[in-house]
Amino acid sequence: MPLLDVVDLHAEFRTGLGRVPAVNGVSFTVDRGETVAIVGESGSGKSASALSLLRLIPDPPGRITGGRILFDGRDLLQLSEAEMRQVRGGDIGMVFQEPMTSLNPVLTIGRQITETLEQHRGADRTGAERRAIELLSLVGIADPGRRLKQYPHQLSGGMRQRIMIAIAIACDPKLIIADEPTTALDVTIQAQILELMKDLTRRLGAALIIITHNLGVVARYANRVNVMYAGRIVESGPAAAVYRRPRHPYTMALLRSVPRIDRPRQSRLDPILGQPPDLTRVDDGCAFRPRCRFAIAACARRRPTLMAGREAGHLAACLRQDEIALGAEMAL
Amino acid sequence: MTGDDMYRYLIKRILLIVPTLFGAATLVFFLMRLIPGDICVIRLGSGGTSFTEQALSECHAALGLDRPLWLQFIHFIWGFCRLDLGTSMWSGRPVAYEIATRFPVSLEIAVFATVIAVIIAIPLGTISALKQNSWTDLAVRTFAIAGIATPSFWIGIVSLLAVLNLTQYFFGQPWMPPINYVSVWQHPLRSMSIVILPAVTVGYRYSAVVMRMTRSAMLEVLREDYIRTARAKGLVNRIIVNRHGLKNAMLPVVTVIGIEFAFLIGGLVVTETVFNLNGIGRLLVQAIGNQDYTLTQGIVMLIVTIFVLTNLVVDVLYAWLDPRIRFA
Ligand SMILES: Nc1ncnc2c1ncn2[C@@H]1O[C@H](COP(=O)(O)OP(=O)(O)OP(=O)(O)O)[C@@H](O)[C@H]1O
Ligand SMILES: [Mg+2]
Repeated sequence: MPLLDVVDLHAEFRTGLGRVPAVNGVSFTVDRGETVAIVGESGSGKSASALSLLRLIPDPPGRITGGRILFDGRDLLQLSEAEMRQVRGGDIGMVFQEPMTSLNPVLTIGRQITETLEQHRGADRTGAERRAIELLSLVGIADPGRRLKQYPHQLSGGMRQRIMIAIAIACDPKLIIADEPTTALDVTIQAQILELMKDLTRRLGAALIIITHNLGVVARYANRVNVMYAGRIVESGPAAAVYRRPRHPYTMALLRSVPRIDRPRQSRLDPILGQPPDLTRVDDGCAFRPRCRFAIAACARRRPTLMAGREAGHLAACLRQDEIALGAEMAL
Repeated sequence: MTGDDMYRYLIKRILLIVPTLFGAATLVFFLMRLIPGDICVIRLGSGGTSFTEQALSECHAALGLDRPLWLQFIHFIWGFCRLDLGTSMWSGRPVAYEIATRFPVSLEIAVFATVIAVIIAIPLGTISALKQNSWTDLAVRTFAIAGIATPSFWIGIVSLLAVLNLTQYFFGQPWMPPINYVSVWQHPLRSMSIVILPAVTVGYRYSAVVMRMTRSAMLEVLREDYIRTARAKGLVNRIIVNRHGLKNAMLPVVTVIGIEFAFLIGGLVVTETVFNLNGIGRLLVQAIGNQDYTLTQGIVMLIVTIFVLTNLVVDVLYAWLDPRIRFA
């Protein structure tokens, strides 16, 4: 049984312009200790999916409208608010994109770590502080005793993200969800933070869901990857397979739009043409077809579901995935 | 916060007070003298009697008004530096004495109004924000709008009438709050019975302003990323609201409380009139009407000083609440 089994998850935002189905039937699994990446363009529903897992979608305007989130055998959507609080920060830790604004500016670093421990572990003040110092050393912060007494604005972005990670792992979670943890950081710091997360999850035996724009990150750190487009997963499989032999035209476009380390220097990068779809008015066809080079009439009639190709566990939601994949291989 | 940081911060703030007070003193001195009118003409001519040029210049000489303007100014500033406000040109009594008899009642009303406002406004504003667009929120906002829109003299008159009628109805004998002020330190209950109605009257509007600020600040803070972080940690709502929300939301609220408090000290004229209390607001209006330069200057400087001190307290609270200011 996987650690996390998300089944047909739906979440929407009710806005003045109509209902935005930001998460539209998302299913995926995460095994114990595994690193799973979620990639996709801005607005594809990555954050909405991640927040839904902890039932943290801002309500209003957001709402989870259907599905199941089986974590360790329990459906999180059926839990009471009190039970859910034990999961948040206890069994599942979360790291957000913006280290600058995700920490409370008026509380010390120490307080922001110890309050989690007090909440979940019933730790007393001194015990919690001792553990907080341990945690800061664990995430590579020098002179932790002094740092505990400081405030977020006295720390750099990279350090703050380390603090966020310390908070996320404070109670030995089984799963860590990191929503674009490095997007706001310098390139050099990005690598350090990713290495740290990889190292910590391995040491703690925790699973990791990492949300990112960066496919290089996926190739390097993830076991499996889910590609999202317009609130749905359009391709899913082992990271190496998706990276080297993408089966969905969207994934291919995504890969062509970034520099790659495993290919000879390309003459140029191709940004994905066209606009992401307006989620308030999606039809029954494939959502990517207006931007797809391979679209045919059939793509408008029926939305393809995730289907297995030749490789086990490598799925894509495209009618022409076999011929496209074959064509791509021939072209190389 | 280390003691040192706070100390440096305080010194900086206190040094800024000096130019502020000097500026205010200059303004009030010259503005008063721009207002047409002459205290001696008012004094000598009251009751319609005529007077001679001789009497007028004697009066001017007695009050020091015949000296050059700059000399009068230096005299005033020098006196203020020695905390000597001089004597009232109208009554001949020391300005400090005039103020001392009239100030306590205004201060007491302002303090009580502030206490009432804060006790009502912060919880209601917070609840209103937490339950945005609910019936509770709507009720609180209606209450607040009414408080801002209704003139306080009207509320004063109505509450006074209500007290009269209700006591008549229940005790067979109408009761009115006493008029002659006694200090809280001497007769706490009697003193409170005098100031409670005026304090509620101005406190209502005051709390409405603070409530609206609390609500909007809280709404803003609740959307912040660190609130989401707090929720992702699994903290209980009470801690999220009190520890993470309120402490941040209090910053603009403290400012509003400070401004309103300082304003109340000199701005209670109407309320004092309705309740027939001899407060500093009415004294100021009388002093200006009489062209009593020394008394006006004294009262204005008192109000400005309170304003400046309130600001200092607000700044200190700010620094206490927000480490980014302390360490700047
Ligand atoms: N609070 C909100 N109110 C209304 N719509 C929202 C809200 N948050 C997100 N959405 C909508 O939901 C959709 C998915 O947003 P989401 O934040 O999950 O995207 P994302 O994949 O995380 O993008 P990014 O890479 O920019 O973080 C978008 O169309 C967005 O406009
Ligand atoms: Mg996002």
